[in-house]
Amino acid sequence: MSAQKPRTLFDKIWDAHVVETLPDGTALLYIDLHLTHEVTTPQAFDGLRAAGRKLRRPDATLGVIDHNIATDSSRYTGIIDPESRLQVETLERNAAEFGMPLIPLLDERQGIVHVIGPELGRSLPGMTIVCGDSHTSTHGAMGALAFGIGTSEVEHVLATQTLLQKPAKNMQVLVEGNLAVGCSGKDITLAVIGKIGTAGGTGHVIEYCGDTIRALDMAGRMTVSNMAIEGGARAGLIAPDQTTFDYIARTPDGPKGASFERALAWWKTLPSDPGAHFDKVVKLAAHEIAPQVTWGTSPEDVLPITGVVPDPEEAADEARRAQLRRMVEYMGLTPGQRLQDLPVDVVFIGSCTNSRIEDIRIAASIARGRKVADGVRALVVPGSGLVKKQAEAEGLDRILTEAGFEWREAGCSMCLGMNPDKLKPGQRSASTSNRNFEGRQGPGGRTHLLSPAMAAAAAIAGHLADVRDYQPKEGV
Amino acid sequence: MEAFTTLTGIAAPMPQANVDTDKIIPARFLKSISRSGFGKHLFANARYREDGSENPDFVLNQEPYRRAEILIAFENFGCGSSREHAPWALLDFGIRCVIAPDFADIFHNNSFKNGVLPVKLPRAVCEQLMEDARLGGNARITVDLERQVVVRPSGEEIPFQVDPLRRHLLLNGLDDIGQTMQHAPAIDGFEARQKAAQPWLYGG
Ligand code: SF4
Repeated sequence: MSAQKPRTLFDKIWDAHVVETLPDGTALLYIDLHLTHEVTTPQAFDGLRAAGRKLRRPDATLGVIDHNIATDSSRYTGIIDPESRLQVETLERNAAEFGMPLIPLLDERQGIVHVIGPELGRSLPGMTIVCGDSHTSTHGAMGALAFGIGTSEVEHVLATQTLLQKPAKNMQVLVEGNLAVGCSGKDITLAVIGKIGTAGGTGHVIEYCGDTIRALDMAGRMTVSNMAIEGGARAGLIAPDQTTFDYIARTPDGPKGASFERALAWWKTLPSDPGAHFDKVVKLAAHEIAPQVTWGTSPEDVLPITGVVPDPEEAADEARRAQLRRMVEYMGLTPGQRLQDLPVDVVFIGSCTNSRIEDIRIAASIARGRKVADGVRALVVPGSGLVKKQAEAEGLDRILTEAGFEWREAGCSMCLGMNPDKLKPGQRSASTSNRNFEGRQGPGGRTHLLSPAMAAAAAIAGHLADVRDYQPKEGV
Repeated sequence: MEAFTTLTGIAAPMPQANVDTDKIIPARFLKSISRSGFGKHLFANARYREDGSENPDFVLNQEPYRRAEILIAFENFGCGSSREHAPWALLDFGIRCVIAPDFADIFHNNSFKNGVLPVKLPRAVCEQLMEDARLGGNARITVDLERQVVVRPSGEEIPFQVDPLRRHLLLNGLDDIGQTMQHAPAIDGFEARQKAAQPWLYGG
């Protein structure tokens, strides 16, 4: 082989998966892992059936139920909502008919698709991973090229194990320095979106680099990569390193023994080469990031918790002014109001962004020895049955319930308002999820996105609060 | 998939940026297991009031836009989730073309695969088309995929670009799985090579 020019992590994964390049430059890209769930697959399996097609690689496909199910104990006695039940039964029927492995609803491995993939050791460095869900970008934290697809593409992958794709451009987000007290992966990822905007990454794959990212644990990295899509990017990536390899070694389904060693040798070749070209570079200094909270209805409308509601009239052009006026009205805010004074009705700690054991530990550390404010409903929804089990083994569930939090079963829950966990019109939530769009958590609901630590602080305070004022109590 | 060649119809003005997929079709309507029937829930949060009645201020509740086949909007249309229910809802309502300065990637892909044509035109042009759309029923806009032009009611033609492969599939109403199946030998070959080099991806 001739000497190659330096390549990025994205380039390397891409090159290793091109089956063929079509005359117009579109690549037929091979997919190593296809994760499926109940909401975006029924129509895809219908398509297969209608065309008499088979599932090409059942061993590279895994189904799980997460989006539409209740997170209270009702799942043990049967799903109440008839439409949800039909969707779940349809996935079960399709799995049986097409030979697709499916984690049953009542299995302890059940959970949010983007939590279970890495946790089970199914999502590995260098892989191509897809799922009919935009937050598939989460798996990029493993050093995998992972992106969300629509239902037609789900059908395409089921039938052919490939996708037709145009190569993306490379974007580097470089975060350096020590993260300030009270900040986490969530604050980094929100700050990045605040800086680049929700379309800043369109057409690109973002590789998150720098010593701040290297210092994050896998949960923190997944939080960062999870929201790459909120910055408009198709995928997020973080180069695999010792933290990644140690994490995989602990997973139940990851490669073992000689197989692990062989994989490891390849994984170590993946990080971007020195001098590799990025089409766009954005730099952030970690020490400048303060705990973040969104105030509007787009993730880019984010401010430090010490900030105030912006005045729409100060925006540069009329289109933006109109947009901001609408946001201020929808969110029930007054320009100039301090974000810390906003009372919350609901606190949601969960979703594929922040429902891992590390997230629950930090929420519990702040809740310990304190009480949820009167009139606030606070939910903690673990990302998977395994996270739930681990948290219970550590006694975190007791700390949280003693403080007045609800401790729930695994699922997407209040992230998207399609299961019983919803905001009522006008309710304000502090939420660790990833989207604050109008109606995302239920029609008329008002969402403020923030970190698990900030969410726990808001639950205790009864209003958005600066987590730096709510550090863990000693000796409680 | 229905082919898309040329379309002349009423265009509805939606002068907003970041029209996200939760606006297009809120998550609570995603529980159907079929592809049809989403049209009545298109833009549900803005289109209906809390009691379920129509919101008269919403453009698609006004004449002649109830019959709109084209939608004109601003930047980053279709941002948010990967739900293909968004183009299904547009299509089921009768909208077959969205014109905007740019689109979110996944929505852009999903639209083509369902016979909904996303047309990218500069903001200034979208503003002109927005004005045309506001003229209502007498101002039909034509979108000609064959010639890749949008024709304003004045007769002025505005060229646009579409990826050649996508254009070919859409003009002929072709399903891309069938296309890809023709590459089966190449996929078989890829799998054999990958299995030898990276056996852990095959349970080895
Ligand atoms: S938690 Fe939310 S964003 Fe994540 S997969 Fe579920 S619905 Fe999607």
